Amino acid sequence: MTEMVSEKMSEKMSEKMSGKLTGRPTNKTSDNEKMTAARQFCTFYLNHLLFGVESQKIQEVVTYRELRPVPLASPVVTGLMNLRGQVVVALELRRRLELPDRPPEMKPVCLVVRTAGGTVCLLADEVGDVVEVEEQTFEPSPETLSPRLRSVILGVHKLENQLMHVLDTDQACEVSGVVQG
Amino acid sequence: MGNRTASSETRALPMERVIPMNDADDIVKEFLVESYENLDRLDRDLVMLEKSPNDREILASVFRTIHTIKGTSGFLAFNKLGAVTHVGESLLGRLRDGQLTLDREITTALLTMVDAVRQMLTSIETSGVEGERDDSALIARLTLLQRADPPGKTAGKAQAKIPEPGELKAAAATAGAGALPVEASVKVAKPSASPRPSPSPSPKLAQVEAGAIAESNPKPAEPPSPSSSDVGDGQKMQAARAQGAGDSTIRLDVSLLDHLMNLVGELVLARNQILQCANRTEESSLLAASQRLNLITTELQGGVMKTRMQPIGNIWSKLPRTVRDLALDCGKQVRVEMEGQETELDKTLVEAIKDPLTHLVRNSVDHGIERPEVREAAGKNPEGLLSLRAFHEGGQVNIEIIDDGAGLDQERIRNKALEKGLITAEQAGHMTDREIVNLILLPGFSTAEKLTKVSGRGVGMDVVKTHIERIGGTIDVQSKPGKGVMVRMKIPLTLAIIPALIVTSAGERYAIPQVSLLELVGLDGDQSSKGIETIHGAPVYRLRGRLLPLVHLKTALHLEDAKLENAKTMTKTKTKADGGATLAENSAASTLENTMSTASGSKRVNIVVLEADGRQFGLVVDEINDTEEIVVKPLSKHLKDIAVYAGATIMGDGKVALILDVLGLAHGSSILSEGREHGISQELEAQETAEGAKQKLVLFAGLAGARMAVPLNLLARLENIPGSQVERSGNRWVAQYRGQILPLIRVSHALEERRRVPPPKDALSLPTTDMLQVLVLEDEHQAFGLVVNQILDIVESTLEPKSPSTRAGVLHCCVIAERVTELLDVPAVLLGGEAFEPPEVPSGAELN
Repeated sequence: MTEMVSEKMSEKMSEKMSGKLTGRPTNKTSDNEKMTAARQFCTFYLNHLLFGVESQKIQEVVTYRELRPVPLASPVVTGLMNLRGQVVVALELRRRLELPDRPPEMKPVCLVVRTAGGTVCLLADEVGDVVEVEEQTFEPSPETLSPRLRSVILGVHKLENQLMHVLDTDQACEVSGVVQG
Repeated sequence: MGNRTASSETRALPMERVIPMNDADDIVKEFLVESYENLDRLDRDLVMLEKSPNDREILASVFRTIHTIKGTSGFLAFNKLGAVTHVGESLLGRLRDGQLTLDREITTALLTMVDAVRQMLTSIETSGVEGERDDSALIARLTLLQRADPPGKTAGKAQAKIPEPGELKAAAATAGAGALPVEASVKVAKPSASPRPSPSPSPKLAQVEAGAIAESNPKPAEPPSPSSSDVGDGQKMQAARAQGAGDSTIRLDVSLLDHLMNLVGELVLARNQILQCANRTEESSLLAASQRLNLITTELQGGVMKTRMQPIGNIWSKLPRTVRDLALDCGKQVRVEMEGQETELDKTLVEAIKDPLTHLVRNSVDHGIERPEVREAAGKNPEGLLSLRAFHEGGQVNIEIIDDGAGLDQERIRNKALEKGLITAEQAGHMTDREIVNLILLPGFSTAEKLTKVSGRGVGMDVVKTHIERIGGTIDVQSKPGKGVMVRMKIPLTLAIIPALIVTSAGERYAIPQVSLLELVGLDGDQSSKGIETIHGAPVYRLRGRLLPLVHLKTALHLEDAKLENAKTMTKTKTKADGGATLAENSAASTLENTMSTASGSKRVNIVVLEADGRQFGLVVDEINDTEEIVVKPLSKHLKDIAVYAGATIMGDGKVALILDVLGLAHGSSILSEGREHGISQELEAQETAEGAKQKLVLFAGLAGARMAVPLNLLARLENIPGSQVERSGNRWVAQYRGQILPLIRVSHALEERRRVPPPKDALSLPTTDMLQVLVLEDEHQAFGLVVNQILDIVESTLEPKSPSTRAGVLHCCVIAERVTELLDVPAVLLGGEAFEPPEVPSGAELN
């Protein structure tokens, strides 16, 4: 896991340097280009719906551990987690996506994602497979989807037997102004 | 030009290595980082050089810096940069060779060049190119300056020049206006007698020096004072050391240090767990290994912490330049003195105080220090002095910014505060000078919003204050009219690891930074229900006679059963609560618990007395656990908006605890908004009491339901003593109380005693089953317990006599709370208590 972190750092640094100083493409960006054809998604379930997050965004998946509740915080914030010495905020995706609360006997899993605002832990019901999808199977969210959610759910990939909702992690971690109902 | 020698002294540049071309970015980056550092030093050096234009070492250092930038820019094909630095270098070369002497004009030109170079570097950093710019004017100016003095004229011109400009006069200020002429002349002799350590001074230079001295001789106050040259030497030494250290230091990305810090935090947690396991086993080798792990971890933690520490001199070094430019603009002469540059604090804090510090310094120069003619008229040295001091004290860093200017106009501040409605006229009358001066820190006192704007004394001081308080610091302003202003900031050493008090509320732990902690008060048993009073529903506690507003942590955090708790502590019967405070201080809990064993059911109330923004309040928590050093972790943006949290931390057991922001807590509970008024009204109250207008009284039921009162200030405390604990000693009733014997006097008997014949002994018997309500009266020798039928209330009332006393032991009757109340004459009652001892028992009997 430590390697992942340091890899992330060096990635950031090389991006900064190449972007700022010369704009010369680094190995990293060319990797990304290669992947655009077939993208990898980590999937998970929320209330029996299949969701997917681009696999590079996911730092790791950890089992549920005790969370420290934060009074006065938004209801989406379930609590704080000690992730190997780092304090990470855990957000309840069900609440964020305005789905019914998880039954208490069901222990969630924690998807640790990297966002613009730092590392955030997203709580989901269950982790699924890593899938590779082609660009052609993608369709944007329909107009009928609530505008509040349309920014979070970018669209769906039509998989063989079900639809995979594509989640924008940065938007999913935006909790201010989430309507609770 | 002598470039050869200079270049051999420059540090080995990266370009001298053989490097593959795709590493060019690294070279540029390294060049930028190095050049920024050098430029900062250049600013400092040039200002220093202006003071002592002949210091060849500084001159050489300046020359080297510019030369290095020029060389590297040529290599990296930054032509504009190269062109500007080239003329600068030529000018510096002439200065170095003694063909020119540095004066104000040249210094300004060189500083402009430094600014231009800096701009270009910034442009290179952001866009990769130097940017569209035209430096021909600057280049022309620098070139012109080179030609201004043909080499032949130098010596003569320099002689004429040196005593003239403000610099020397400025330096004279250091000597102090009152320096004795004898002393001064000795000082004059010194520089010429002792050879300067500069390498091979050229004959011309010696000439210049001699000239300068000859010129200054008639005016002994003129030569540079030893103190200023001392400072110069110190800085030189430091610069030399820094250069030497260059070989043994490496540059690191701060994020790497942060990462290390996190890892050490994890290691500490892992160590704690291993220690716990090891203590359970018999395995001695494991025990030994875990002990070693323990030691190493602690040391490692300390070491990693140290890597984040930075000397405050890093941000101070930019200030002389700021002061110089501003002073020139304002037509003032200001000298900067620094003390304690080596004082270290956490890097994040160094960054955080940069802006407030600059603002304060600008304020001092712009508004604090007067123009030279005004100063002279006031009998002061025309050159103003701005002192910066930093030192460690009590785990904090103190930073003082002192100017010797005119001080703050208290009358104006008072009027402005009144005008803006920040204080009432009544308050203004009661405020001390210091309180008035500190009004400038209030938000709303000034209208400016940005730190950079300077338009009046005290502008944006509230912004400074907010910045300082955000990092857990405090700020205080002191002003002496005509003498100057001192602003003192107290900054915590580090934000990364702080001592904190761990408390529990609603089953969760919270950490309170120790900086804001004043004391802990524990109310046990009876006190817990009676100690807390309310003012129109707002809970308060009497802490040594002053009302302390209380905040229930659960209420503040909107947690469950907070209201219930509140109701529980709000009871009708009130009691003087000093007992609780003393209890916490003496930790003599057991004594009181004995006397109050019956008060079961009511929980212990824990009050954490905190100070925020100079106002005190009490935080009621469920449990006070321990003090601990905690590693502060920032909160993610999702929680940043919640003002009551300052961060999070990980406890020894690996669980997360929230760190409370005392300031945010106070604001959230509107302690602060009302606090100021409150504090002042308290003072007024105290004054009124002193005048006898109003007094706090304990009301109790006396004889046959009659209402009686005792002034609260005569009481030590109120107690409930179970009848079973009352014992008989000689002819008296006593109770054991706090390890002492407390004689008990029954009010009804004491009063009746004076009226009639002494009652039969049986009448003295006290009930043995009930709880006795006792007012404990204390003089310097002895405490007495006055047993009353029922304590009714504590009220505040005037003691205007309505009718004279009807019986002995009563001072007079007055109307309190619309009921006729007898005011007890306490000394008389105490005498009476002694009087009813039968004559056969000596009065000292109970002492046996």
